[in-house]
Amino acid sequence: MILAEIDWSSFLSSVFVFDDYGELFVLVRNSLWAGAVLGLVGGVVGTFVMMRDLAFAVHGIAELSFAGAAAALLIGADVITGSLVGSVLAALIMGFTGLHAREGNSFVGVLMPFGLGLGILFLSLYEGRSSNKFSLLTGQIVSVSSLQLTSMVVLSVLVLAVLVAVWRPLTFASTDPFVARAKGLPVRGLSILFMVLLGVSVALSVQIVGALLVLALLITPAAAAMNLTSSPGRTVVLSVLFAELAMVGGILLALGGNIPISPYVTTISFALWLVSRVVRAVRERSASYRRAVTATATTTTPRGAVAADGTGAATASSTPAP
Amino acid sequence: MQPATPRTGPAGPGPQNDAAAPATAADAAPAISLRDAELAFGDRVLWSGLNLDVAPGEYLAVLGANGTGKTSFLKVLLGLLPLTSGTVSVAGTRPRVAAAHVGYVPQQRGFPARTPLRAKDLVAQGVDGHRWGVRLHPRRVNRRVAELLERVGATEYADAPVGLLSGGEQQRLRVAQALAADPSVMLCDEALLSLDLHHQHVVSELVHEQRERHGSTVVFVTHDVNPIIDHVDRILYLANGSFRIGTPDEVLRSDVLSQLYGTDIEVLRSNGRILVAGRSDSTHHTDSPEEIIP
Ligand SMILES: Nc1ncnc2c1ncn2[C@@H]1O[C@H](COP(=O)(O)OP(=O)(O)O)[C@@H](O)[C@H]1O
Ligand SMILES: [Mg+2]
Repeated sequence: MILAEIDWSSFLSSVFVFDDYGELFVLVRNSLWAGAVLGLVGGVVGTFVMMRDLAFAVHGIAELSFAGAAAALLIGADVITGSLVGSVLAALIMGFTGLHAREGNSFVGVLMPFGLGLGILFLSLYEGRSSNKFSLLTGQIVSVSSLQLTSMVVLSVLVLAVLVAVWRPLTFASTDPFVARAKGLPVRGLSILFMVLLGVSVALSVQIVGALLVLALLITPAAAAMNLTSSPGRTVVLSVLFAELAMVGGILLALGGNIPISPYVTTISFALWLVSRVVRAVRERSASYRRAVTATATTTTPRGAVAADGTGAATASSTPAP
Repeated sequence: MQPATPRTGPAGPGPQNDAAAPATAADAAPAISLRDAELAFGDRVLWSGLNLDVAPGEYLAVLGANGTGKTSFLKVLLGLLPLTSGTVSVAGTRPRVAAAHVGYVPQQRGFPARTPLRAKDLVAQGVDGHRWGVRLHPRRVNRRVAELLERVGATEYADAPVGLLSGGEQQRLRVAQALAADPSVMLCDEALLSLDLHHQHVVSELVHEQRERHGSTVVFVTHDVNPIIDHVDRILYLANGSFRIGTPDEVLRSDVLSQLYGTDIEVLRSNGRILVAGRSDSTHHTDSPEEIIP
């Protein structure tokens, strides 16, 4: 009789566990996919962020994305939409005010605390289960609904498709803007377009790693990649690889406990960067390919060119010299 | 500090103000054509009344002290800066439209050390960097890049990060990048600045070679005309909001430049080199004090 009872309850619990497991599996599968997609977007977008020297802007956008999400929460709108609106708006403001100017950074510095303050205000006004359900600042515990995943995949595909379409001009405009403009490329238009893509990417990342830690996804992997190579192609591949390691690895590790994903992601990301930095330092010390390169270069003369004779006044000038 | 003295045009007579291109190319449409062109920032006129036809294959040197509007002149030809008045055409069309056929060597500015570009990537950007999408035929591009690197003698550092290259090396790459489009017009802005004599020679030979081989028109902005003096057909000399146009022998003369500067200027020649200097007893006012060697 007792035996029968135990059997019954263990049967029940095993059913429940099975149910739980199935549910958990769906959630984990979703967040793993979300992580993989984000890793891809973050790795690719991050490369351009580094090329364009926009690290600080990413942080600013993330804070406004947070404010947007919190505002959406307050008025009962969709949080993802809120965070998208916040970050794209911030990105557009930065894009139009021109970030390459020196005042760009101070502008971001002004915008950032404002966004963060707004977000905290909205969150504190909101009386729902904000702390349980959303960790907009520090990232979510593993739970990505199928709807959330779908919207993320759609937006990610969109960002990547646009990036592929403008790949060469954007690279040109990011690394050599003045010549790109002389070549007839719409450098300003590309810059604004990229800011929109960046805004969308930040909004996506905020949902998983949180506003405060977006840099770990959008900067660190690309920075690590750039420590290892200066080939643009290899930079992108390594950056994506590192971002994937951080995201997927972070999610798998986070499964064990109640800690949010973000500490795992940021730690892996940082560790990868640290390794890359050490590799770079070792390479620079031992190989010092810079010196080797310049040493060979000065001895070469292009076809048809003759060595300068060196006669005459080296200071001779055809305009009254300064 | 600089007086805003709008001038209606270059003062003084002389063949140097004649806009006509050399007779050899008189029937060919000019590669560059400016009509009554004026460029001013606010009420500061850099130059006005500029009429200039540069024939295909002609080599024009643009000389002048700092701030006289040499870079701005190139920006006008690139369509990056609108004229205040007058018209400009490049390759028979609007500068922006012609941009694809223009090779541009910018005034030197280094790349940040960690720019994710190698020497060959910089040149490749000149080949197809302006095309949309991703590179679909890397082999064809690589071949072209290798060819260009060979031409400027940069093959040895093809894989080196651009941020780590010296000024002279970067400048050779800039020339290779500009040559990539097989340009009908080459615009070079202080392309020899801060290069040693050897590299000055190398770079100016490369530009000259492009003109010889492909009949490209060259507009070469420079402080110092000596490294290119053998190649130059005509000179556009900017000073004091005014200008002179003519062959080197017509423009680089003490009387012409003295009139242009409004002060005593001496043009000295030694060993085939040209030195332009102000006289120390000059009390005349000029654009900026550092223009004249005391
Ligand atoms: N966009 C601009 N707005 C106002 N002034 C300008 C602008 N661009 C150039 N200038 C001024 O025009 C002058 C000529 O500049 P520039 O063409 O660069 O001279 P150069 O190349 O001969 O040294 C300089 O005094 C510069 O300050
Ligand atoms: Mg200049």
